[in-house]
Amino acid sequence: MQFKHKIAGGDFAKAGNIASSVKKILRQLNIDHAVSKRIVIALYEGEVNVVAHAYSGIVDVDIDEEKIKITITDKGPGIADIEQAMEEGYSTATPQVREMGFGAGLGLSNMKKNSDSMNISSVPAEGTIVELITYIKPDAR
Amino acid sequence: MQDKNHNRDFHHALAVDNDLCIGCTHCMTVCPTQAIRVRKGKANIIVNRCVDCGECYKACPVSAIVVEQDDLEMIFRFPVRVILIPSVLIGQFPKKIMATSIFNALKEIGFTHIYEVENCVDMVLDASKQFMLEHKERPMISSYCPAIIRLIQVKYPNLVGNIMKVNPPIDMAAMYYREKLKASGIPENEIGLFYATPCAAKIAAVKSPVGETESAVTGIIKMNFLYNQILKFLQRKYIETEPPQTDDLLSSRGIVWSLTRGEVVHSKGRALAIDGIKNVNDFLENMENEKLDHIDFLELRACDESCAGGILMSGNRFLTVERLKLRAEEYRAREDDKERKLTEGFLNINEHGFLGNIEPRPMGSLDEDISAALKKMERKRRLMCFLPGLDCAGCGAPDCETLSEDIVQRNAQISHCIFLQQQMIKQNLLSQEQAIRITANIWGEQRLEKNCNKMGAEDENN
Repeated sequence: MQFKHKIAGGDFAKAGNIASSVKKILRQLNIDHAVSKRIVIALYEGEVNVVAHAYSGIVDVDIDEEKIKITITDKGPGIADIEQAMEEGYSTATPQVREMGFGAGLGLSNMKKNSDSMNISSVPAEGTIVELITYIKPDAR
Repeated sequence: MQDKNHNRDFHHALAVDNDLCIGCTHCMTVCPTQAIRVRKGKANIIVNRCVDCGECYKACPVSAIVVEQDDLEMIFRFPVRVILIPSVLIGQFPKKIMATSIFNALKEIGFTHIYEVENCVDMVLDASKQFMLEHKERPMISSYCPAIIRLIQVKYPNLVGNIMKVNPPIDMAAMYYREKLKASGIPENEIGLFYATPCAAKIAAVKSPVGETESAVTGIIKMNFLYNQILKFLQRKYIETEPPQTDDLLSSRGIVWSLTRGEVVHSKGRALAIDGIKNVNDFLENMENEKLDHIDFLELRACDESCAGGILMSGNRFLTVERLKLRAEEYRAREDDKERKLTEGFLNINEHGFLGNIEPRPMGSLDEDISAALKKMERKRRLMCFLPGLDCAGCGAPDCETLSEDIVQRNAQISHCIFLQQQMIKQNLLSQEQAIRITANIWGEQRLEKNCNKMGAEDENN
């Protein structure tokens, strides 16, 4: 089962809406709370990243019996050095974004922590694609 | 009467009186857990979803939602008849009616002892402190409001582990007072403890307790019933007797405990108080988002203005709050800050202070099996493409999404939607007669007939 959501860059008030609606769906699918919590946290971080850094983005969610695959594709500045961006505390967020309580430099590392596999590809000045996979049965990893 | 496995089999204090129910949509659309459907012109409560919050009771235009209570005559089976009263009982009377007059009226009604449940609040505070130290989950959610515990069990099962499993004041007070009476030489079987409840959820909590095997309370008397009885006695002449002692351990903290912020003021760290079930629902829905992180304690109450706004309360809730705050100030003026009012010798925290396990009882899943659930979810999403999405409740379910779930769970049909009915008739998939039969099945046989007795019609008052 697939669904698609749009994210508008800069709209912090709506960051987390996609995570909330995915959470409701996971609840109805009777997915283990611990698993769904990780997915929701990772997706929330991904949403905030797009809102804080990119112009717009699309979240594709694909759920099957084994796993949940989330692909976040954005149009934005891209990430020049992915390895550096993965470091905890590294952030390119503007002071205004930080003032709102975002941009602590934990987004990508939190996403990695809360998913079973994470792939990032990026083209500077074009955009970034983050792919998160989480297995529904924790022992299937 | 009670099932041993009370976590699965719920006792509900709310029921529909079919003689009064007119089969409208008011209760159904306000229910925070989508627990009501209309069938054959009557509201039906789905017991596994109901949390006894009482929103339906407030919304019903014809008072068809009823709250059970034990028969007042039942108290006379016991030589010692204790009425356990929450502080809001006094709060709902106008200030000119003194607490002692209220207590005397309660004695006239037939109670031999009167005890205020908030007497044991310092014990609750100590148990809470200990629980916070021994458990790392944050935020901790107060166990005070039974409707909130039930809401979490059915709608937010992953938060069950965050409930602070401390016995609420009513249970502590019942246990304490029973022990105290026993210690004064009264045999246990002669003691009946009756609780004057401001809401339905507390009745359900007494009749099928969560996290404890048996309630210490013998029976329940509804607050609105007692309010009328008290006023009736106060109208008459009666002999002024010695006022009973009702507050051996009562403090200013206890008097306002049942009001909004009554608990959070004692919390160390970051704490929030939220009242009103809709507000609580919205908050819990967002709780997993990072934004709401780093909160230590949550005081969540189902009713607006907490227990002062209980569905069985008679006075104006804001005046009730005012009177209780004034009463607390009077107590505060003669209190020593460091003094704790503990039930030493009768109760001890480790034995009486805590609740047992609280089970999650999730209601929302489409199927236990993931592949079946996925199929149902796909079907549900496809159905939503066709349903009108205006949540008119014309199908007998509260909104389109609930109808789509009922359809995939085989509890309803596509033709229940009055808009899709039109389409089906146009495409010759349904006859006009069939459509009328469907309407009669949901809304009752007489629904399409002329009836001038309904509200706003010609013979409204007949």
